[in-house]
Amino acid sequence: MNWITKMFSSSLGQKLIMALTGLFLCSFLIIHMVGNLQLFKHDAGLAFNKYAVFMTTNPLIKTTSYLLYAAILFHAFKGIALVFQNKKARPVKYQAFDGKANSHWSSRNMGVLGTIILVFVVVHMSNFWAEYKFGHVPYTRYTENIQTGEIQSDYMPADFTMNSKMEEQSEGLMKVTIVKDLFRSVELGFKELWLVALYIIAMAALSFHLYHGFKSAFQTMGLNHKKYNGAINFIGIGVFAILIPIGFAAMPLYFFIK
Amino acid sequence: MSGNMNINLKVWRQKNGKSQGKLVDYKVEGVSPDMSFLEMFDVLNDRLVSEGKDEPIAFDHDCREGICGMCSMYINGRPHGPNQGVTTCQLHMRSFKDGDTIVVEPWRAAAFPVIKDLAVNRSAFDRIIASGGFISVNTGNAQDANSLPIAKDNADEAFAAAACIGCGACVAACKNSSAMLFVSAKVSQLALLPQGDPERNTRVLNMVAQMDTEGFGACTNTGACSAECPKEISLTNIARLNREYFAAQLGSDRS
Repeated sequence: MNWITKMFSSSLGQKLIMALTGLFLCSFLIIHMVGNLQLFKHDAGLAFNKYAVFMTTNPLIKTTSYLLYAAILFHAFKGIALVFQNKKARPVKYQAFDGKANSHWSSRNMGVLGTIILVFVVVHMSNFWAEYKFGHVPYTRYTENIQTGEIQSDYMPADFTMNSKMEEQSEGLMKVTIVKDLFRSVELGFKELWLVALYIIAMAALSFHLYHGFKSAFQTMGLNHKKYNGAINFIGIGVFAILIPIGFAAMPLYFFIK
Repeated sequence: MSGNMNINLKVWRQKNGKSQGKLVDYKVEGVSPDMSFLEMFDVLNDRLVSEGKDEPIAFDHDCREGICGMCSMYINGRPHGPNQGVTTCQLHMRSFKDGDTIVVEPWRAAAFPVIKDLAVNRSAFDRIIASGGFISVNTGNAQDANSLPIAKDNADEAFAAAACIGCGACVAACKNSSAMLFVSAKVSQLALLPQGDPERNTRVLNMVAQMDTEGFGACTNTGACSAECPKEISLTNIARLNREYFAAQLGSDRS
């Protein structure tokens, strides 16, 4: 066996794959969060729709996004495989098992939490990503006054299409933008109670998953050092277990209540 | 005697590795709070032998001083029972209350097959040590003491790792039956010292390969192993094992 396959098929190497893909997915969460904060802008979705066009046309981002899909699949299926592999290491179960005495609940349930997140990712991507890429997302025309910053939005007819996702032109002080209106899909989608509930459950699962996963990834890479542990814990808990899940859960809640 | 307790035991009984086992109820009366957990088993076994109805319960023990790593009972869902930093022989009945029900099981791992009742075969650990947990030195006169300078911090850390008695509580506690804490302690104690340096790459590669071959699970970093370790081996050793392993794979000629 060649040394690379040998390394990545050892128990340590398989965990390294989980750690590296997991941290890559964490970096994506930050980008996704920052970009989606534009949903809260009071501009009828203009900035968010422009951002959606940029994210789906920029070649560098497109390339990264394919890497991201591969990382999601790798992380999910390797994780599920590891759960079953690890179960085989204890064929006879304990009659009395006191897990909470020596470890955190989330660390013992990474597989279950990850599965909830995977189900969420499938629903989330088929709702928005696949809809935007393959489905029919209607267009909206935004008329922006450059001096006052006032924005007027008009829905285009449902059967209106053009060759590109966005067209911009200036008419004097007015800037006209016709763009695929993903914002409207978001607005409408988050009026569904079941969907909002699924998002909130998934974000709770994400919080517990990252509470353990972020710092665990560093331990797997061999980084457990008193100079850095404080920062790793602070970022893992403060950013990835609290801020990110709350921020993402706020989006469906905001549109549901609005 | 006043203060003595009655204890209800549920003990795993299994004739041999091939037969099915089950929990069997025993009532042990008049248990002194000053008895060790193993002495309570001695009292029960004494009774079983004199009654002649049941075979005595097989369990591992040797030094009964907390240093040999032989005792191996999984008590109420935790290896070596409820207390921290002690082996089963150093667990005393004062840690329990009169009338308590205590479930006692063997270590559970595919790599630790049950021999009989509470005794399991931990030879997998021996095979891991044989694969690399040693240093090769020439015999002959002993070297001058202190001829090799070693930083105090490293010496302390190596000593803390070397405190591992190889009891297997880490494997028993881990939801994946992973042997990472054991292997990491054995790799660390030598990786931290100059004597371990010449064989450091082959050592870590061989020991990890043997650990995987034995059928231990992978590490989820739950920390249960370190929390239950009677010698309180630190999780930093597992991080060091990861570093040593990836450094050897990525940076040495060996694989």
